[in-house]
Amino acid sequence: MRVAVVYDRLRAEEKAIMRAVEELGHKPVRLHLNSTHLSLGMAVGFSIALERATSGIKAYSSAAALEASGVKVVNSSQVIANCYNKLVTTAKLLESGVPAPRTAIAFSLEGAYKAAEEVGYPVVVKPVNGSWGRLVSLAQDEEELRTILEHREAIPSPFYRIHYIQEFIRKPGRDIRAFATEDRLVTAVYRVAAHWITNTARGARAEKAELTSELEEIAVKAARAVGGGFLGVDIAEDSERGLLVLEVNSVTEFRNAARVTGVDIAKEIVEYAIGA
Amino acid sequence: MKAFCPVCGGEVELPEDVMPGELLECQSCGATLEVYEQESAFKLREAEEIGEDWGE
Repeated sequence: MRVAVVYDRLRAEEKAIMRAVEELGHKPVRLHLNSTHLSLGMAVGFSIALERATSGIKAYSSAAALEASGVKVVNSSQVIANCYNKLVTTAKLLESGVPAPRTAIAFSLEGAYKAAEEVGYPVVVKPVNGSWGRLVSLAQDEEELRTILEHREAIPSPFYRIHYIQEFIRKPGRDIRAFATEDRLVTAVYRVAAHWITNTARGARAEKAELTSELEEIAVKAARAVGGGFLGVDIAEDSERGLLVLEVNSVTEFRNAARVTGVDIAKEIVEYAIGA
Repeated sequence: MKAFCPVCGGEVELPEDVMPGELLECQSCGATLEVYEQESAFKLREAEEIGEDWGE
C-alpha cells in the first residue's frame, strides 16, 4: 500500500516515519508541501496520509485538501483544528469532562484584566496558536499582566487580540508528554526543566515516565475529546487536583521520547494510521 | 550532486541521500537553505523562519 508522508520541514521524525512505512512493507510517498501543490478532489494515488507539517496552518489546509480526494489523513483536519487553537482544545477537554486548568478568554484589555481576576493570579497568557513555548508569558499580578498585554496588542495580528488566560499550575519541576490514541496510552515522558516552560524545544530534558492507570485514563480521554487520533497530550501534576491536561498536539515531535522510552513511536504512528 | 545558494551564488554540495525539506547550510555565506524539488531537480531556497504557528 502507498502511504503518503506530508511535511514541510524534514526532521528526524519524518525520516523515522518514512523508514517505519517501509519496514511495515508499504511504500512511503514523499509529499513535501513546499515543493508541490494539491488539486482538491483530484485522484492522488494513495488512500492514507500521515500529516507531519510543522506549520499548523499548512497541516490543517493540506489535511483538508487531501480529504477532498478521499484520503484518510492521520491526524484528520478536524482533529488538527481542535488542537491548533489552544483555547478550542481546552474547551473540548472541559466539554468532555477532562480536567484542565481554570481558563478564560477575553477580547479586550479590560476583559482580560477581569478574566485574570476570576482565574486568579499568577496567570499565564498564551497565544491561541503558538507552540514551542513561544510568547507564553507569566503574570504574577495585574501590573505584569498590563505590560504583557500592551506588548501583545502592539502585534498587528488578530491572534493577539484574543487573550487566552490560564491559571498558572505550579509544576513539580516537570510535566508529562503522553503519546495516546482514542484507545490507549502508547508511552509517556517527563519533561524535566527548572524553568516553568517545559518544552523540550526550549531545553527541557526527557525522562521515561511511569505509565499509571490515572495517566492512561486522562490521556485517552483527552485524545477522544479532540476527536481521536495519534496525539501528544501535555499534562501537569497539580498538587491538589492531580493530573490536568494543558494542551494536545496533533503533529507531535517524538525523537527524544522514542530515545528515552525505547518505544518505536514512528512505527506506532504508522501502525495506528494503517490499522485504524 | 551540486546546487547553487540563492543568497551568495556559491556551490552547495548535496548529500547523496538528500531529500526535499532538508536543511543545509551554505558553506560560503552560512545561510540556512531548504532543499526543494522542481521538475525532479533539487534546488535551494532560504529556509523559512520558525513560524508562530509551528507546533511541537
